[in-house]
Amino acid sequence: MKERTIRLTVNGRPYERTVEVRKTLADFLREDLDLTGTHLGCEHGVCGACTVVVNGEAVRSCLLFAVQLEGANILTVEGLADGDNLHPIQEAFWEHHGLQCGFCTPGFLLTLYCFLKETPRPSEAEIREAISGNLCRCTGYHNIVIAARAAAEKLASAGPTP
Amino acid sequence: MAMARRYVSTRVRRREDPQLLTGRARYLDDLRLSGTLSVAILRSPHAHARLVEVDVRPALAAPGVEAVLTGEDVARLARPIRAEMSGPGYKTSGWPALARDKVRFVGEPVVAVVARDRYGAEDALEEVRVTYDPLPVLTNAELSMRPGAPRIHDDLTDNILFHTRFDNGAVERAFVAAELRLSHTFRHGRCTSAPMENRGALASFDAAEGILTLWASSQSPHLLRSGLAEALDLPESRLRVICPAVGGGFGPKMHLYPEDIIVCLLAQRLGRPVKWIEDRRENLLTSAQAREHVNHIEMAATGDGVILGFKATLICDVGAYSLYPVTAALEPVTAASIIPGPYRIQGYSYDAYAVATNKCPAGAYRGVGMALGTFVRERLVDMVARRTGLDPAEVRRRNFIAATDVPFTTASGLVIDSGNPTESLDQALEAAGYDALRKDQRRSSTTTYRGIGLCSYTEFTGMGSGTFRRRGMSQIAGHDAATVRVEPTGEVRGFVSAASQGQGHATTLAQVLADEIGVPMAAVSIVEGDTERCPYGSGSFASRSMVVSGGALILAARRVRDKVIAIAAHMLEAARGDLVMEEGAIFVRGMAARRVTLGQVARLAYRPASGTLPPSVDPALEATQYYDPPPATFSIGTHVAVVDVDAETGQVAIVRYVVSEDCGTMVNPMIVEGQIHGAVAQGIGAALYEDVVYDDAGQPLTTSFMDYLLPTTMELPAIEVVHTETPPPVTVSGFKGMAEGGTIGATAAVANAVADALAPLGVEVHELPLSPDRLYRLIHQARKRP
Ligand code: FES
Ligand code: FES
Repeated sequence: MKERTIRLTVNGRPYERTVEVRKTLADFLREDLDLTGTHLGCEHGVCGACTVVVNGEAVRSCLLFAVQLEGANILTVEGLADGDNLHPIQEAFWEHHGLQCGFCTPGFLLTLYCFLKETPRPSEAEIREAISGNLCRCTGYHNIVIAARAAAEKLASAGPTP
Repeated sequence: MAMARRYVSTRVRRREDPQLLTGRARYLDDLRLSGTLSVAILRSPHAHARLVEVDVRPALAAPGVEAVLTGEDVARLARPIRAEMSGPGYKTSGWPALARDKVRFVGEPVVAVVARDRYGAEDALEEVRVTYDPLPVLTNAELSMRPGAPRIHDDLTDNILFHTRFDNGAVERAFVAAELRLSHTFRHGRCTSAPMENRGALASFDAAEGILTLWASSQSPHLLRSGLAEALDLPESRLRVICPAVGGGFGPKMHLYPEDIIVCLLAQRLGRPVKWIEDRRENLLTSAQAREHVNHIEMAATGDGVILGFKATLICDVGAYSLYPVTAALEPVTAASIIPGPYRIQGYSYDAYAVATNKCPAGAYRGVGMALGTFVRERLVDMVARRTGLDPAEVRRRNFIAATDVPFTTASGLVIDSGNPTESLDQALEAAGYDALRKDQRRSSTTTYRGIGLCSYTEFTGMGSGTFRRRGMSQIAGHDAATVRVEPTGEVRGFVSAASQGQGHATTLAQVLADEIGVPMAAVSIVEGDTERCPYGSGSFASRSMVVSGGALILAARRVRDKVIAIAAHMLEAARGDLVMEEGAIFVRGMAARRVTLGQVARLAYRPASGTLPPSVDPALEATQYYDPPPATFSIGTHVAVVDVDAETGQVAIVRYVVSEDCGTMVNPMIVEGQIHGAVAQGIGAALYEDVVYDDAGQPLTTSFMDYLLPTTMELPAIEVVHTETPPPVTVSGFKGMAEGGTIGATAAVANAVADALAPLGVEVHELPLSPDRLYRLIHQARKRP
């Protein structure tokens, strides 16, 4: 089996690992780095559960190979909170019951993390559009949309984040 | 001593969320046992075929492969899964964990390969050679039930796995008296629950202790253990089932599946942990599917809209096997029994069938049977409205059970224990602004048609063993249980037989327990999903957790609290009746200074030598209570859907959605509403998009999320929810189940709204899902008619 060594940063920590070239980024994060907060709901790019942030952009980690990530800077759900302080998006999901089983949640959080940076004052239609590529089977999205709006307000009133 | 409820009925934030939000929660595939091997499964590409030869030798030689399991191996090591039912009309054949003589649906497990990782196991699958001899395929229940149809199970006389007939004796009279007779055939597509987390199973065998542990993404750990014990021929004391965080279930995760048995056999044989994780393709091929009915129904009514009776023939396509523990009868019997709904119907008769076909087995899915039965009935109610010229709301009103009729025995023999359908309808109509909606409706454009749909329903919840006995479903416990223990340091713990898949039991059951004992919620924790730590019970399905596990928890807590009070009375030298327990302290009423804390009582209870216990009181603070509730308690509700149908594209947009529901006392209204939102989404999905499609050769065509369409944010509306609260007289808690009403109500309300929208075009709605292509065809056919 072909292997290659990659160096990348995940949640602010540098890693160097040798991986099979066919291993997906999702499996690499989950198995090689034990970052199991990135979930696999379909492995064919539709559900968005596996969404992580790569160099500032939300991407589907089931559709990338780990070896494509040489030098990349990755944020996963494990890196979203600041120590014990939840990120405002996480806080809003908690407060507004934006999750039930929680399996889809990391994907929604990271999709919104990128979206709200670009669109700090979104309309409800824009929020719905932004998360239309993430599937949730538990919530009907109702409270996710409410949480997203609340998070946007919180983030906007807190001013620009790094 | 009256107990004040401090947490119940409040919107407490969920305790499970911080773990889930930060990625720390462990779902099945996140568990790490060192040395774990991975299973990949070769599945049948044929819908019906004889297995001629299975050659696994090349796979055994593949790199990283540790073992290969075939149907022959399994036949020596395990019994087939058997779904038993007592009483006439049912027959079943076993389901071997790996196929031996025949395969009966595409996706059926044939060979299991276990290797160092899933990549390697899947590589090795390519080396397995299987020769099949294809057999005639049945994909249509009505053809499959005909005499002389090819048999799917050679040991059964035909493909009808279940048939029952019912007549309440008043139906002929009802039809004779009728001025209005309607006769229709309705169809509901095949659905799958598609939880975002697929199924999974991880087994580990401890040879020293002789204990086999199965971690499973399951809703029903004890019933799973019982099924496994039977299949593996092991005493239950040697089996432990643990459910980690579960990423949604909605029914299908309550069954015992071949893969559960496969990982257990391999873990036993290899002495290493063995794991199988379902991928989405496998989920869409093999996790229990649901619905798929054809329903021929006649209805009798008077000219002024009073419904007199129904005669129904329900035919349910249950796929290749009957599933443990619910059996193939679940969908047809539930559908048939719910058809009278919240109405005073005189006459009712039905024939209900579960028919085997060469498709994925069908089992439990949110709203099982009830969604179909309600869809059929509520469509007919609207048809009566159209024929009589009455408003659909008015027809419902004329037929409802009155609040004063309750408890009411419906024409199918169900006892509606509480609730007021008229009040529910009124509340929903008011919240929706129904009169204004109707006025507004007349302003439809020529391409976009607005429709308003109503649905009034009853929801069967919290079922006790009485219901399962009546149905003959002897493998379902029907009861649940709880152990309440106050630890020596004073924390209160509840161990329950429920198993959450996202419903938030860790929070809601803690609310219940904290109130019942009289302690702050912070002092309380809930343990579930572990057969070694929790007492035996049914688990979480059919909207039962709050009623049954919650009820058991209350009863156990009361016993513990009584004991706490007895000890405290002794410590305070006061009469028990004078004591109050609040916020973790027990004090003499009106004399807050004469108090002991729960911690002090607990210390004495566990270390009686540190003081003296009252003479007749045993040490420790613990009680276990089994609770077998009455056959059922019914939640009720009304949905109002407002849709715009684009007559040129067949696209439906839901513009308003209002729910009025009554589930008795709400433990946590925030969670109740969340359940409704999610259930409504699944009902809308079934009404408009979701359909598992098989071609005539039994090949599934919907094997990805590109083909099986779950609703997204773009299809779903905001969902407005209002409540009435009628606590049931029949349960200990005042709670009713409520997780399915959203699906039951939404399927029918959306179908009625679309039908209402397209009535001016002469379109009638009999078949779900109302996908754009189906609607487009219906609209065009209607337009072509003279
Ligand atoms: S798992 Fe990657 S999109 Fe579904
Ligand atoms: S919370 Fe369960 S899938 Fe979204």
